Amino acid sequence: MTREAAVNAVILLLLVAVPGWALYADEPFTITLATRAVIFALAAVGLNIALGLGGLVSLGHAVYFGLGGYAMGVLASHAQNYTPLMEWPFVIEGTKSMPVIWLTAIVVSAIAALLIGLLALRTSGVYFIMITLAFGQMIYFFAISWPAYGGEDGLSIYVRNGFPGLNTLVPIQFYGLCLALLLIVLLFSALLARSPFGLALNAARQVPHRVETVGLDPVRLKLVALVISGAITGLAGALFADLNRFVSPTMLSWQMSGEIMVFVIIGGVARLFGPVAGAVIFVLLEHLLGGISEYWQVFLGIVLLLIVLSGKGGVIGMLAGRGRAHD
Amino acid sequence: MTLLSLSNVTAAYGASQALFGVDLDIAEGEAVAFMGRNGMGKSTTVKAICRMLPAHGTLVFDGHDLTRLPSHRAARLGIGLVPEGRRCFRDLTVAENLAAAARPGHWDRARVTALFPRLGERLTQRAASLSGGEQQMLTIGRALMTNPRLLILDEATEGLAPIVRQEIWSAIATLKAETGMAMLVIDKSLAELRTACDRAVILERGRTVWAGPFADLSAETTERHLGV
Repeated sequence: MTREAAVNAVILLLLVAVPGWALYADEPFTITLATRAVIFALAAVGLNIALGLGGLVSLGHAVYFGLGGYAMGVLASHAQNYTPLMEWPFVIEGTKSMPVIWLTAIVVSAIAALLIGLLALRTSGVYFIMITLAFGQMIYFFAISWPAYGGEDGLSIYVRNGFPGLNTLVPIQFYGLCLALLLIVLLFSALLARSPFGLALNAARQVPHRVETVGLDPVRLKLVALVISGAITGLAGALFADLNRFVSPTMLSWQMSGEIMVFVIIGGVARLFGPVAGAVIFVLLEHLLGGISEYWQVFLGIVLLLIVLSGKGGVIGMLAGRGRAHD
Repeated sequence: MTLLSLSNVTAAYGASQALFGVDLDIAEGEAVAFMGRNGMGKSTTVKAICRMLPAHGTLVFDGHDLTRLPSHRAARLGIGLVPEGRRCFRDLTVAENLAAAARPGHWDRARVTALFPRLGERLTQRAASLSGGEQQMLTIGRALMTNPRLLILDEATEGLAPIVRQEIWSAIATLKAETGMAMLVIDKSLAELRTACDRAVILERGRTVWAGPFADLSAETTERHLGV
């Protein structure tokens, strides 16, 4: 077993052991914190596909996170008010079923990523960052000014959505569901990185014109990566809204985009478990330091600075050694 | 049957024109030596064929007009390029380099490693850690994995040790004998090109100045256009 695999195994063990202990010790709040970390991790695993594998510095991943959240909010609010989502040309009812909501979140985010990608991938570097940010802001302000779904105040859902066979209002059951999704997506992400597509994307990140000589279109590779990435972050958004039973434009804000990127950078860009480690550390700091000071983000800033300046490739890089060269 | 046909091709890097009228025909299964002194437009012509540089004139590959295609589409038609300077994907392993380029056909990893046994021994090694000769073999292997109908080798033996050079020439000979793949070969060694190729095309100042079978290539012609 390589050192990185050992570090990953420890993280995985913690994700199972800590909530297990919390259940035994009757500390439901710890389970909720762990759920928050796992959902953030899922969002960051999504971003890591674009950022780590594709080299796409997207500062607009809150778009997908928020759209996922609103997919949940809109469907569930119509279901709880017994009003159809639309009646013409055909009737679409709201739903309280998680699988349907997840699928909707994934599809909506993927479509958004496709449209944003088609435009943003005409550029690169700092312009790409700016365009993704601009789209993020556009959708954020749209959500604020659209009163139908709460506008600035957001949208509350009274009862958590359901999953067949589970009582999702029991914290540990909802946690298990989120963890299972994270594991599935991690497995998918690992397979994707090793697939010919992932390898070509990796090569395209470093030298775009070189993949063209073997018949691959670097823009198309990156577009597919962005769509997959957005879809995963969208799924995380639906879970996050369900965790809070609340969705608001904050989920779409550019601070949210920044946070998702911070998870990836703290943990280690392009490392399989980097986003997971990053999200866990973020939630821990938020909880521990947040209790000490309202300005806990100052400390977060210092931690981030130390990690970036150490140049070791995030926490995973510090523990497991440098991975492959990464820009 | 003609596979690649260039006639009166012109191209420029910004304001400075590099190609003034290149004519080049390659038939199916034919190996053509592409010769000329340094800076005469050989690599520029290759870039024009691979659509890495806008070019004018007639560029037809297998009935397709190349001038309208983006680079990756030209490659998909079956133009396999081994670019100058051993440009493999340095951050990927040998196996990953081959897998990233793979397209269905005769050439797969087993056949490539049979052609270059050294690659087979280093499948899990990162390309950046290979020797220059091995990187060159990997770049050729990667081009073969795309199952091209025309393989373009741009200075594939440049800067390599004589023994490695020999390995690459013998691989080229194997390719020609066993698969009958069309090839366009750019190299400094006239003697090796004479053995490996059927025909020669000579460029001078961005123009085709001589084309014909090696048998017709006189010492006087090589002296005049190549200085050897």
